[in-house]
Amino acid sequence: MASETATQKYEPGTHPDMKPPVLTSGPVYWLKENLFGSITSTILTLLAVYLLYLIIPPLFNWAVLDATVNAASRTECQQAGDGACWAFIKDRFLLLVYGFYPIEERWRVNLSFILLLVAIAAILWDAMPARRHFVKFSVAYPFVAAYLLLGGEWFGVPTGLEEVTTDQFGGIMLTVVIGITGISISLPIGIVLALGRIGNLPAVRVVCVMFIEFIRGVPLITLLFVASTMLTYFLPPGTEFNLLLRVLIMVTLFASAYMAEVIRGGLQAIPKGQYEAADSMGLKYWQAMRLIILPQALKISIPGIVNTFIGLYKDTTLVVVIGLLDPLGIAKSSLADNRWQGLSNEMYIFIALFFFICCFSMSRYSLYLENKLHTGHKR
Amino acid sequence: MADVEQMEAAGDHLQSAAGEKDIIEIIGMHKWYGDFHVLKDINLKVRQQERIVICGPSGSGKSTMIRCLNRLEEHQQGQIIVDGIELTNDLKQIDAIRREVGMVFQHFNLFPHLTVLENCTLGPIWVRETPKKEAEETAMHYLERVKIPEQALKFPGQLSGGQQQRVAIARSLCMSPKIMLFDEPTSALDPEMIKEVLDVMVELADTGMTMLCVTHEMGFAKTVADRVIFMDGGEIIEENEPHQFFDNPQHDRTKLFLSQILAH
Repeated sequence: MASETATQKYEPGTHPDMKPPVLTSGPVYWLKENLFGSITSTILTLLAVYLLYLIIPPLFNWAVLDATVNAASRTECQQAGDGACWAFIKDRFLLLVYGFYPIEERWRVNLSFILLLVAIAAILWDAMPARRHFVKFSVAYPFVAAYLLLGGEWFGVPTGLEEVTTDQFGGIMLTVVIGITGISISLPIGIVLALGRIGNLPAVRVVCVMFIEFIRGVPLITLLFVASTMLTYFLPPGTEFNLLLRVLIMVTLFASAYMAEVIRGGLQAIPKGQYEAADSMGLKYWQAMRLIILPQALKISIPGIVNTFIGLYKDTTLVVVIGLLDPLGIAKSSLADNRWQGLSNEMYIFIALFFFICCFSMSRYSLYLENKLHTGHKR
Repeated sequence: MADVEQMEAAGDHLQSAAGEKDIIEIIGMHKWYGDFHVLKDINLKVRQQERIVICGPSGSGKSTMIRCLNRLEEHQQGQIIVDGIELTNDLKQIDAIRREVGMVFQHFNLFPHLTVLENCTLGPIWVRETPKKEAEETAMHYLERVKIPEQALKFPGQLSGGQQQRVAIARSLCMSPKIMLFDEPTSALDPEMIKEVLDVMVELADTGMTMLCVTHEMGFAKTVADRVIFMDGGEIIEENEPHQFFDNPQHDRTKLFLSQILAH
């Protein structure tokens, strides 16, 4: 005979808080509810499991178990096994990462990268010890990186490092240079453009709107072509304007226009009362923006901002059409090599993996940031 | 016109707390929203330490009128002089006026990303350039006056409506204004919280602050107001001291309005 625990009666206002019954929470319950809740659910779950069974083991075999890591050509790979020929990537790895940067100077790229991580950590990581000093370093970092990567003579003064011209930049290093520059400079410019567009000064507003609409109206590729070919017609003959610099400017301006619209959306989402409260207190325009409006607007816009960053980072691959050798450019030339013909799967999977790691990290950081900032607004 | 002057004269004798000097003068003020004539020939003089309650049906322009006093709205015609400074497009004068005029909004408008204490110290630190420590002491003093010092480190989103409105009042007081404007401060509150906010406002009135309050709380008007002003359709229809206003309304519109709101 089953016995029931009788529900005890309590005086009104004295009922204690109790735990929920066991079978309405926990992993077993979750599985039962979500995967096997109804006939349809169960069928779909089994179908999904079957599809995974069809896909994952062969993929795992190809990518890991049967793969070859040491070989000198495709034919050797094929002799060694049926799986992926990662030896191709291994062979081309340094080229993919450093481009044509001189081998003896590659320590400078490594050092710049480590310093980049420090600079980024100072800005993004709240709990960093001695953060104030590191943030100053972050502001100075672009010059430090430029000095390290380029070397040579600056304004006639030798820097102690051998010069490396920008056409020797390539591969992942080039992607990171263009991406980081574009991301970090487009945000402040985007903020200024957004504020200008919704501001009260008609001249400023017209200029901002024209700029934003023009940039958004043309594909990035056309802007890159303008940067690489047409700009020379507009400049006095004989002036040499570094191609990478032109690309950096174009990419930054492109991202700024998109960023401006994302931020404008955030600004418009702030209730008018916030502007009024700031005004009635006597705060001046830039004080109100800096202390009240922008913190709230940027927080709301985080998904859009990070979205634009991620898009920009991947758009850097377009530089391949003007002859700069980012990883895709190097991929194309590597695949043309006789020894490694036909291994496009491996190469593009590798590049996709690189981009996925970078972009997914940005996504995760954005979620962390949103959670952190949201604690202040808990209702 | 004669009626209004009579009433004003009657009111003058009873305003013992009010000072002699006019701290706000509105002379022949008109305002349009596009083609819509929202404020018509507003004439008002407010003495120092006078407490004014403005009531009227919605759309009568009462909020618009007090928002013109700190330039949240612009007037197109007429003069507004606050604390001896005339309100024009001159930014310096506007900033000077805004420092002396505090405003409490219907929807509180606290800054959600800052703590209660930071909300209160923001104005003094950035506008009056007081050192942070001093600003924090002032803030805690006023938070104690509105009876919520223990909430200082919480965020506005964690407080109830009544508490938020009291923080808003404290925030305005931290700037040591000469005039406090209240734009329907209790209209967005649950009934049980209205009392705590009104208590704070009554206590503030007792300390001699010049107050202009747009409200529907007639009990508050009777207790605290030196003058009650009734607005309708953008005009000031009637103004009088509270007893005369409620017991002996002169105009038909006033009588109609009072019968509607005092029915509850």
